[in-house]
Amino acid sequence: MEKQTYSRRFFLSTSSMAAAAVALIPGNVKAFYKNVKKRFIPAKSVNTLSLTINQKQYTVQADTRTTLLDLLREQLQLTGSKKGCDHGQCGACTVHVNGERVLSCLTLAALVQNQPITTIEGLAEGDQLHPMQQAFIECDGFQCGYCTPGQIMSAVACVKEGHTHSVEEIKEFMSGNLCRCGAYNGIVESIQKVAAR
Amino acid sequence: MNNFTYTTAGSITAALQHTKRHPQAMYIAGGTNLLDLWKYNLLHPQTLVDLNGVPGYHTIEAKEGGGLQLGALVTNAATAYHPLIEQRYPLLSKAILAGASAQIRNMATNGGNLLQRTRCYYYYDGDVPCNKREPGTGCSAIKGYNRIHAILGASEHCIAVFPSDMCVALAALEAVVQITGQQGKRSIPFADFHRLPGNAPEKDNALQAGDIITSIDLPAKEFAHHYSYLKLRDRHSYAFALVSVATALELEGNEIKEARIALGGVAHKPWRIPEAEQLLQGKPATAESFAQAADKLLEGAQGYPHNQFKIELAKKAIIRNGLMALHPETQLPGAQPSA
Repeated sequence: MEKQTYSRRFFLSTSSMAAAAVALIPGNVKAFYKNVKKRFIPAKSVNTLSLTINQKQYTVQADTRTTLLDLLREQLQLTGSKKGCDHGQCGACTVHVNGERVLSCLTLAALVQNQPITTIEGLAEGDQLHPMQQAFIECDGFQCGYCTPGQIMSAVACVKEGHTHSVEEIKEFMSGNLCRCGAYNGIVESIQKVAAR
Repeated sequence: MNNFTYTTAGSITAALQHTKRHPQAMYIAGGTNLLDLWKYNLLHPQTLVDLNGVPGYHTIEAKEGGGLQLGALVTNAATAYHPLIEQRYPLLSKAILAGASAQIRNMATNGGNLLQRTRCYYYYDGDVPCNKREPGTGCSAIKGYNRIHAILGASEHCIAVFPSDMCVALAALEAVVQITGQQGKRSIPFADFHRLPGNAPEKDNALQAGDIITSIDLPAKEFAHHYSYLKLRDRHSYAFALVSVATALELEGNEIKEARIALGGVAHKPWRIPEAEQLLQGKPATAESFAQAADKLLEGAQGYPHNQFKIELAKKAIIRNGLMALHPETQLPGAQPSA
């Protein structure tokens, strides 16, 4: 069978004809299509949200369904917080709201308006790493690094809460953060190091 | 994931008016379970009514004549670490801290904890029959993989278990659930709040449409000296219970004056048998006494191919936890068995 080939000229002429044909569709057909679309694809409900993240004020338009995690990553380009499971099982999305660690994947952005939010991006002071970030580097607290932002946010809270009296206690209070590389020993060591300061 | 609109309620009355006008609306407080189920396409709220701004339910207050009132909007973590809970109802504190993860405990509220749905895998899998999810379609767990399922109080329609740890302690402490609904206020004793599946497993509890839990009241009896919560599970931490036991004892020397025992992970509700507790009255606090109570609690237990082990496990857990309750100071983080 002869192989079919398409020239650049053929492509340009057919596509411009197709575009002209679409432009000729009368307005009432377009309106009909719009109505059908409206019927089957429900309109999004959009809200104006006002959030305080890393001491900076943001006002954004967002679908009411937007979780804090999706807002951070997709709209504010704060991609440090990671989406692992999106169901509250892995802890990769851990951030602080009102100084307490929470899961941003199970938090609707609308529910945390005007409450101070801290993400991994807000932990360092300029070029000065947070002691926990420094400890993770020194103690090999990570391998691939995907769970690390969540681990560090959780670890900072764990020390603040004072659950660092024993290795068992640290493990129990860090159990909401999974690490598939298995860097747990380094993570526990990092926490002990910061807690001892 | 369906679209929904979002609105805040400034008062219980406003929230009730909203759900009266829009029966497809749902309340949201912590949202940890609701958003999870919505993302799995199992819940389809048309509107979320945010209760977090309703004033008056964010505190834990001592009641006149003893007892505490736990505001429904207080988080699980704030409850577990509250000085009044730690000092006077330490069993509740231990049970809360054995559940979920630190992050989820910071988000989840007391009211919401009572309203968790089961973690039965077949309930979560929208492609298979489940009477709890779609009444009348059948139960996939009975002939499926049923390791995590019920051994007590189940029916031919559903063998799911209720997942909360906090509620096991609340059952043992005989808490009372305060509710405001379209017809006004009412209170339900904890034993009557959650229900067995029977032929309507889609109903987890006694709430009516639109009802709001406003508080959970703890009676004056605190069991602050001899108590223990033991949780046995497939992972060391951050997993739901295969079997859990809340034990509270009042002792005179080594003699049991009063005992409370509630089981988690074995039924559609926290499992309590008052007769088992009466068996312990006046008995020495020994393994033999707890073994008698354990037999009574597990009377009529029925295992399925993959959870038969739970019957023996529960009996041993009851004995072990009874002995652990004698020395609550030796308990380990995460409700692990102590040495």
